Amino acid sequence: MPDDLKKVAYYPGCALEGTGHAYNRSTKAVGKELGLELVELKDWNCCGAMEVKNIDPKIQTYLSARNLSIAEDMGFDKVMAPCNGCYHNLKKAEYDLKNDAGSKEVNARLSGKAGHKTYEPGAVETIHALDWIKQAVGEEELEKRVKNSLKGIKVANYYGCMYTRPRHIFPEKDKGPASESTSKPHFMDDILGAAGAENVDFPLKTACCGGAHSLSDSDTSTKLVLNILEAAEACGADVVATECPTCHTGLEMHQMRAEKVLGRKTNVKILYFTQLLGMALGLSAKTVGVQENMSDSRAFLKEKGLG
Amino acid sequence: MPIHEKSLIRPENLVTHDDLVIDGVDVSGHWSTFIKGRSVTDYNEAMQDEIAALPGGENIHRCWQCGSCTNACTVNAVNNDFNPRYWIYLIRLGMEEELLRDKDIIWQCVSCNKCTYACPRDVMPEGVMKATAHWLELKGHTPKSPSTIFDEEFTRQIIKTGKIEETRVITRFFRGTGQPLRQNWLEALIVNLVKRFPVFYLMRLGLSVVFRPKTRGWNKARHAINEYVHEVEEANRKALGLGGEGAK
Ligand code: SF4
Ligand code: SF4
Ligand code: SF4
Ligand code: SF4
Repeated sequence: MPDDLKKVAYYPGCALEGTGHAYNRSTKAVGKELGLELVELKDWNCCGAMEVKNIDPKIQTYLSARNLSIAEDMGFDKVMAPCNGCYHNLKKAEYDLKNDAGSKEVNARLSGKAGHKTYEPGAVETIHALDWIKQAVGEEELEKRVKNSLKGIKVANYYGCMYTRPRHIFPEKDKGPASESTSKPHFMDDILGAAGAENVDFPLKTACCGGAHSLSDSDTSTKLVLNILEAAEACGADVVATECPTCHTGLEMHQMRAEKVLGRKTNVKILYFTQLLGMALGLSAKTVGVQENMSDSRAFLKEKGLG
Repeated sequence: MPIHEKSLIRPENLVTHDDLVIDGVDVSGHWSTFIKGRSVTDYNEAMQDEIAALPGGENIHRCWQCGSCTNACTVNAVNNDFNPRYWIYLIRLGMEEELLRDKDIIWQCVSCNKCTYACPRDVMPEGVMKATAHWLELKGHTPKSPSTIFDEEFTRQIIKTGKIEETRVITRFFRGTGQPLRQNWLEALIVNLVKRFPVFYLMRLGLSVVFRPKTRGWNKARHAINEYVHEVEEANRKALGLGGEGAK
């Protein structure tokens, strides 16, 4: 195991303190079970999600730069973010600070006035929870540690938009089979596959759930989510596995809304990949926070002998 | 041959002949008038520069109209009036009146960046959509969209405390857009949760009222950002030739 991945800085982000609490819980539980250590960033701030950039993108860059400078101050060269939005914003800040003089200037000015060090690009690498588990442990080792195989569970792996787009902020992706792909991502497939799951061939891995307007344009979001869920069912999936709190709650909320408002019910379960992986590693459903999800998968998991 | 893909053409550009024979050929049906001559005199020559001056719009001049953005677009798949390529075309020509016909849907871009992924010219159409929606609001063509109200509430909270507390953003957002907080699907979701784990949920609700998330040591950052936001707002208004304080 690469040493620098054994212990990484952890940036949970706001969603993991609220609606995505189950993801926080399961990520930590899985890390502990695998012997990986997470050290939460001290006094981190919100990354601005998809909202602040619409007011001004340079503030958004600053918000992430502040978090990166905290990681650096704490002596880390890797920060792990389990939320697509946070991950995306940290990556984008890194890119902008390297390539855009205006962003660099505003960051220096705001950091100076806020009284902390100005973050220089290159000091800290941002990784996603998927990179972390895949690279720190890997499939071979995971296979050995599985106690409760996910055998017989058909999974559609859903990555959403912010994990792969836009391509230019992810220079390490699309670098051959071992790297992550932006058109057909596979890290979650690899991890859950190692845990015994049967990954279905799912064409909407990187489709958008309309999360940006989940509440401000709910009708569009409901249509987009319904499309994703129905496609997953058509591919034979029992479960849609997620790796982002916003995608996850977006799917859950609009699954319910589609049923109540459009009268279209889907039965596919929605679970964080860390919840599935955790249960495969022998953790209980409770330990990985299945009861904290907005949608209810408990009966299904029982039936499959998990949790 | 009649045109069957009517959805691609605006209704006013369609002509219908129930019974038309030209040179012995029956050409009844719907026809697009795009070949009819017409003259446009009211170009807004400043439009492209103004949108390019707003965050996200910088690269609009690079567009070569290939249509990849619209082809990849998430919202276009749901509503085919949502057409980034076409809007970029109108903006570059300065055809304001035509653009304004779609003013109420441009803000619906979900920022999925499929367009940016597909664009061969690095136009960053996602940014152009945001800049255009922003321009429409600054110019007073549209009221603040629900999305802008959400963005502002969200940003206000981050600037204030450094963190986001979701229930507060959502309540304020529903209030700001005049939507009732009691929506049947939202209720069903909450009832579901409460039924399952009442103590936990009620505790969390209770806790978040007393214990609001906050970033320690945020004060100075807050002042710095506030100052900068003010500067940016001024600069944006100046680029659009608008004076004084905006309609806040
Ligand atoms: S899939 Fe939805 S929540 Fe996930 S990144 Fe895309 S818009 Fe955001
Ligand atoms: S790409 Fe150009 S020619 Fe082709 S349909 Fe679109 S506008 Fe017409
Ligand atoms: S970012 Fe907006 S314009 Fe671009 S593809 Fe997505 S919804 Fe369409
Ligand atoms: S993909 Fe890019 S170049 Fe092509 S029409 Fe859209 S913005 Fe223009």
